Amino acid sequence: MLRFTMRRLLQMIPTIIAVALLIFVIFSVVPGSFASSLMADGKTASDPELLARLNEQFGLDKPVYIRAWEYLSGLAHFDLGTSFRTREPVLDVINDRIWASLKLSIAAMVFAIVIGVPLGFIAALRPGSVLDSITMIGAVSGLSMPQFWLGLLLMYFFALVLGWLPSFGYGGGDLKYLILPAITLGVTPLALLARTTRAGVLEITNEDFIRTAHSKGMSNSRVIRWHLMRNVMVLVVTTIGLQFGSMMGQAVVIEKLFSWPGIGSLLIDSVSIRDIPVVQGTILVIVLWFLLINTFVDIIYAAIDPRIKQT
Amino acid sequence: MLKTLRLSALLLAATSVMALAQDVTPQSGGTLNFVAPYGSSFGTMDIHSSPSTQDEFPAKAIHRSLYQWNSTDGKPELELATEVKASEDRMTYTFSLRQGVTFHDGRPFTADDLIYSYERIAKPSNAFPGARYFQDVAGIEEYKSGAAEHISGLKKIDDNTLEITYTVPTNPGYSLMNTNAAIYPAGAGEDPTFIQHPIGLGPFKFVENIPGSKVVVEKFDKFYKEGQPYLDKINVVLLGDASARDVAFRNKEIDTSILGPTQYVAYQADPELSKGILEVAEVYTRHVGFDTKKPPFDKKEVREAFAHAINTDLIIDKLVKNKAYRATGWLPISSPSYDPAAVPVTYDVELAKKLLADAGYPDGIDVAITATQNESWGLTIVEAIIPMLKDAGIRATAVPVEASVLAEVVPKGDFQAFMWSNLSGPDDYEVLKCFYSKTPQSVCNYENFSNSEFDKLFEAAGKEADQTKKNDLMRQANNILQAEAPSWFFNYNKAVMAYQPWVHGLQANATELAIQNYEDIWIDDTAPDSRK
Repeated sequence: MLRFTMRRLLQMIPTIIAVALLIFVIFSVVPGSFASSLMADGKTASDPELLARLNEQFGLDKPVYIRAWEYLSGLAHFDLGTSFRTREPVLDVINDRIWASLKLSIAAMVFAIVIGVPLGFIAALRPGSVLDSITMIGAVSGLSMPQFWLGLLLMYFFALVLGWLPSFGYGGGDLKYLILPAITLGVTPLALLARTTRAGVLEITNEDFIRTAHSKGMSNSRVIRWHLMRNVMVLVVTTIGLQFGSMMGQAVVIEKLFSWPGIGSLLIDSVSIRDIPVVQGTILVIVLWFLLINTFVDIIYAAIDPRIKQT
Repeated sequence: MLKTLRLSALLLAATSVMALAQDVTPQSGGTLNFVAPYGSSFGTMDIHSSPSTQDEFPAKAIHRSLYQWNSTDGKPELELATEVKASEDRMTYTFSLRQGVTFHDGRPFTADDLIYSYERIAKPSNAFPGARYFQDVAGIEEYKSGAAEHISGLKKIDDNTLEITYTVPTNPGYSLMNTNAAIYPAGAGEDPTFIQHPIGLGPFKFVENIPGSKVVVEKFDKFYKEGQPYLDKINVVLLGDASARDVAFRNKEIDTSILGPTQYVAYQADPELSKGILEVAEVYTRHVGFDTKKPPFDKKEVREAFAHAINTDLIIDKLVKNKAYRATGWLPISSPSYDPAAVPVTYDVELAKKLLADAGYPDGIDVAITATQNESWGLTIVEAIIPMLKDAGIRATAVPVEASVLAEVVPKGDFQAFMWSNLSGPDDYEVLKCFYSKTPQSVCNYENFSNSEFDKLFEAAGKEADQTKKNDLMRQANNILQAEAPSWFFNYNKAVMAYQPWVHGLQANATELAIQNYEDIWIDDTAPDSRK
């Protein structure tokens, strides 16, 4: 298992280098700069002397290949550079925000798993029932409704109409501030999990080995526990992994809407002001998160189904 | 019409201020949840390094500058000094500093702190945006080149007296009132912990910064203004999304909110919310600028035709929802040099066609207008004027760009026409400099405007010591701008802030409504328990 894990982790390195280079190239060619963004609000006149100084200070006057080399060699030493805007190390800037994003992603995923998986199971065990229909209509709605719009609806209903929850903010980490953004972010994976679980259960229920288990006189609950769930879990874990991995990226809009201090809202602000080191750093963290979660899922696969480890 | 408009605007602003000022004796205590609406984060707590309005929200609570904007009088006034003596040539200013003033850590405020702060801002290696405030101070070139360790024009007479010498006649108030010209304790800026925990002369002490969420400040008991600040604490909260801000305001979670055009209409229509609206004519002019050196806009008739082809009043009414004042020229309504007799350009398609023909374009022209996504002065407006321009023979297309790209392409002259909202006050002389022929396009003469008559008036205004005469010269210069039409002058921004009924003491700040002197704000007994 250790060799399997190490192999998976080492496979991440070329992906990270490729992504880092791609991000660097993209942000080297897009128009606009940090210096020009300072004048974007029309409040200050353009100042060529200041622009030149800023470009010199941040090394933007150097040729692209030198900047690329400096960036990659910095990465090798876990140095993501210095934020143009805060003039602090990017690692510190991200460190200030990543925990809020993790908290939100985990809460949203827990919400999605705790509700989505059982719902999918129950719906599949009673196909065509009212519960099944309601679950599937809910799942389709959850998948198709824009998160931004859903967030606004939840805000309106739970904060303004009912007055149960705050509509925005972090509140020093209080649970009540987490609920609305987590539900908003968790609805899409919830819907996907419910549909995936339902489909998986329906498919496996019709397999020969399930019928065999029933014909041997095994109780229904035992068949579900020992045969059905174990096989469905591979599919469910895959969906959870993919959703959890991409959650930080999906959280960008939700964080902005709820004024949640994660790296998603940091990314939006940094792109608009062309704080390139922070943009590169946050995208890299999001990619790294995705890769780590997927590696973790691969390891879980191997635990659930030893045949996967052998391949 | 414009005279009435200006009067109405001033009356409205005055009424707002009076309505707020007429409140009973201010009460002390309580917490204010003040919104910073321009993004999802604060960039830095080192305000010297930032030109951003967003970063001013916490900085204005923590720090103070030598001057401060007086919203009632509409001009900068001394803040950290009690008296200033100007030499006859307006090149040397001697400041008697306010005494008994201390920083939040108890250090007394002296002339050394001013010199330290100004030299830090001007230091070339820091590349701070406020460096331009000191471009005319004597000895700045030697300081920038490294030949001198200090700026010779900044002279400490004694602990409580500072002398600033300029190389040209100057009014220092307009630049030294800026928040990013704030005074730090001498030497503090080099302490790495200072940026994490800033210390200033402002009415509130820094408590904590939750990045991406809020900055918390609390009352500084030794603030130099007797009895102020009134509030115990301010949460400067980040809430960039307008819809979310609307819900939070209606839910009474925040005490103030900046309104966009759509919300402005909704709040005006609501019997309760409409009672708490503060409006002011801000010093920003929205316009479509033309490169007057390149065809077809090198011909005045073409520029005039562009302006005549647009039904400006209709756009202000339907798209901007009347959250703007019709513009006549560059200087805004609140400017002392604004000409109330100036009449806006008429909507006249036939005249526009004739002007184009007179300019040698009987078959019309093709024009590309570079603009951002902004709803009040961006693509929404450009898309609306395209069919109007077409009727007059101007075939326009929109070139969509991001705000930072607009700020890059315009100073480079990489445009035919552009739409932007630019600062047009409060320092009339400084903003008119952007149309002076000796000002390069790369600085702010984006239209490449050159007019000898304008130059003469501008130069005369620079030499004029008498403010009334100076205003008159600048008024004439502004009228030339209207006549020469280097831009289609669209509108002056009407900034609108909604506030809860328990909030008092807000100021109608024409330079930026959202930026307030927090020490004047107080809340009454009707505030929710969470604020008491």
